[in-house]
Amino acid sequence: MFRMIAIVAGVGLALAGTAEAQTPRKGGTIRMTAPYGSSFTSLDIHTTQRAQDEIYAKALHRSLYIWNSAEGKPVLELAKEDVVSGGGLVHTFKLRDDAYFHNGRKMTADDIIWSYNRIMDGAKAYPGARYVRVIEGAAAVEKGQAKEISGLRKIDDLTIEMKLTEKVDPGFYFFTALTSIYPADEGAKESYIQHPIGLGPFKFVEHVPGSRIVLERWDRFYKPGKPYADKVIVSIMAEAAARDVAFRNKEIDTSVLGPAQYVAYQSDAALKGTIVEVAEVFTRYMGMNPSFKPFSDKRVRQAINYAIDTDLIINKLVKGKAYRATSWLPLTSPAYDKAMKPYPYDPAKAKQLLTEAGYPSGFEFEWTTSPNESWGLPIVSAVIPMLDKVGIKAKVKQVETAVLAEVVRTGDYQAFIYSQASGPDPLSALKCFHSSTPQPACNYMNFRNADFDKIVDQAGQVDDGAKRAELLQKANALLYEEAPVWFFNYNKAVMAVQPWLKGIQLNATELTHQNVEDLWVDETSPAK
Amino acid sequence: MLSFLIRRLLQTVPTVLAVVLLVFVLFSVVPGSIVSSMSDDSDPQVELRMKKQLGLDEPLYVRFGAYIAKLATGDFGTSFRTREPVTTMIAKRAWPTLQLIFAAMAFAILIGVPLGFIAALRPGGIVDTIAMVVAVSGLSIAKFWLGLVLMHLFALKLGWLPSFGYGDGGLKYLLLPAVTLGVSPMALFARTTRAAVLEIMTADFVRTARSKGMSETRVVKWHVMRNALVIILTTIGLQFGGLMGQAVVVEKLFSWPGIGSLLVDSVLQRDIPAVQGSILVVVLAFLAINLLVDVLYGVIDPRIRYA
Repeated sequence: MFRMIAIVAGVGLALAGTAEAQTPRKGGTIRMTAPYGSSFTSLDIHTTQRAQDEIYAKALHRSLYIWNSAEGKPVLELAKEDVVSGGGLVHTFKLRDDAYFHNGRKMTADDIIWSYNRIMDGAKAYPGARYVRVIEGAAAVEKGQAKEISGLRKIDDLTIEMKLTEKVDPGFYFFTALTSIYPADEGAKESYIQHPIGLGPFKFVEHVPGSRIVLERWDRFYKPGKPYADKVIVSIMAEAAARDVAFRNKEIDTSVLGPAQYVAYQSDAALKGTIVEVAEVFTRYMGMNPSFKPFSDKRVRQAINYAIDTDLIINKLVKGKAYRATSWLPLTSPAYDKAMKPYPYDPAKAKQLLTEAGYPSGFEFEWTTSPNESWGLPIVSAVIPMLDKVGIKAKVKQVETAVLAEVVRTGDYQAFIYSQASGPDPLSALKCFHSSTPQPACNYMNFRNADFDKIVDQAGQVDDGAKRAELLQKANALLYEEAPVWFFNYNKAVMAVQPWLKGIQLNATELTHQNVEDLWVDETSPAK
Repeated sequence: MLSFLIRRLLQTVPTVLAVVLLVFVLFSVVPGSIVSSMSDDSDPQVELRMKKQLGLDEPLYVRFGAYIAKLATGDFGTSFRTREPVTTMIAKRAWPTLQLIFAAMAFAILIGVPLGFIAALRPGGIVDTIAMVVAVSGLSIAKFWLGLVLMHLFALKLGWLPSFGYGDGGLKYLLLPAVTLGVSPMALFARTTRAAVLEIMTADFVRTARSKGMSETRVVKWHVMRNALVIILTTIGLQFGGLMGQAVVVEKLFSWPGIGSLLVDSVLQRDIPAVQGSILVVVLAFLAINLLVDVLYGVIDPRIRYA
């Protein structure tokens, strides 16, 4: 559900860095794991927004842009050049002339136009539509008012013009697999879903539903000398304990670690060196509904931030597998303010604020939560006694994760605990709190603040990156002050990587999403 | 015999319809929907279009009627998630599930039934005690835990078997999940067999056979075993159906590509056609196995007639 969209991470071990110094070895098999469910949703990557599916899609497909973890931003992938004109609204892309689909056909501008038009098919409601909608005329196609996106124009086979509806960096909109480029002729066929064809470094070989996807090297991949490996196997392994055994048994090369395993691996001398960690651009928080009277008062919301010993919960319950949140923008955001300090644990201050707000004896509220171990019921259970100390009683309402997603979108709550993308684009992340953003979009707390709107609007207009970052920091600081949420933590994604697998990227948008062409295995890998 | 089979087959129709209706109704009342799991798009128009495209804008009775009409032609519908025909999805996973269940059953029958027999022949003896300790443990152990222990032992410590995956579908990949799934029915078969044999050993016809001077081997072979088999067969039949449901945990643990993992993901993502299809297949398999057991009754015990 929670698609990892975000900015680069900076925190991690030196593992990747040291690997780059060696000469990549050609050949071998990379054995990755997909830990977020018992299956892949679909081989038609346009239809699925699950992080699980993008793991294999990174090997099979390519989009106009790609996430560059080292730079912490999206960079051009299928185009060599982007010329911006029309006041920042018109982008003219000069496409690569060496990108071949796995059926041997060269990619052209028609494939991009076809793919984006497909994604805007309103009858199918492809999740990538929310990105393509930024192109002028895309919404009309979605509504059935036009057949083709008017803002996309083929200049020649390898040049395409894209007119946007607002001045944004298109990289943030066209780097995920949701906007992958399909071959226009093949993509329309029924058989495509059984045997997908992409532009990625590996071509499809086999899918055993509920077990694995196997891909093999695409020799006509456009990056010279890449990919290094002969084969990629992505095994579906939803059970953390099973992954642990398989990793220790050297049957897999990567394994995502939960809090308990994180502690176990850190204390195991043989495994400690395999840990790679990154601050992902996800903010975990307790959202408060301003239409519930006590939460309409800023002092009450601040009191909650003071009343909770957040560091204690992160250290003891989350086992240190998270970074303390200060405000909304995460550590790896380009607009993160390092000088900002989080709300301190101060129950006396909380009590004082509650008294000033007219709640000297506290109040009671209903707290909707999922069972999630990192941002669900266990956290709520730990917080309840802390709130109780200042007189606030919380009544738990537990729901399934899928139900919680509906609850937050419809506003049917007094408070909820959640994990939400807070990047990679800080402007988009903060726009979620703009008055014009509807609640079901991502303004889940129905935040309304004219000063905030003004700052964010200004940030959207300026061209100077430093000035924009400064304005976004200001908006982020205003959020801190207004405290529409209890700022809990930023996710620390942790993965164990076998010592023979090199080139792991610290991808803050989602650590499991690796540009597989940059990975390689040395001769000590058991999978030859 | 033929009229019995036809009658039994006809009896399955209302059962299947009831199951289909139940799943339909349940999924219409539980919170959460496929729309929210497929897209977090803000536009209510998108949500409406998606509902229309998936047919979720129709009243429940209309959807149910349309589904039944399709079902009558062998069409299980199209998955909301993958947009593939559900029959294709199930077909891809049916063989691994059958492999797993038959292997687990073979393990359970081949170990459990002889164990129960041996235990019953020397009640209170050392074999009986060990057999019953094994049986009680087998029934009590959680499959998830047992699977992890087996992985640790046979994959990590001994290095004999892979810890997970389907591989080429061969025996070395099948063994651990099959044993994990088969331990519980094995224990049940051991206990059931022991109880059945002990009861039959004290029956009048067994005493009569012995008093006629029949050897103990012949008594056990011709009188005790055949009579006990009717009871054991009933248990086996019921367990077959049960294993279809229990396989979910084992499939997920071992990354085994069966119907169980399809069902779990489909439920979590509210993919109603896939859930409906998966449950239907499990129910049909359960009914088929029970029908087979009923037929086998007559083969084992000619006194049972298909009236």
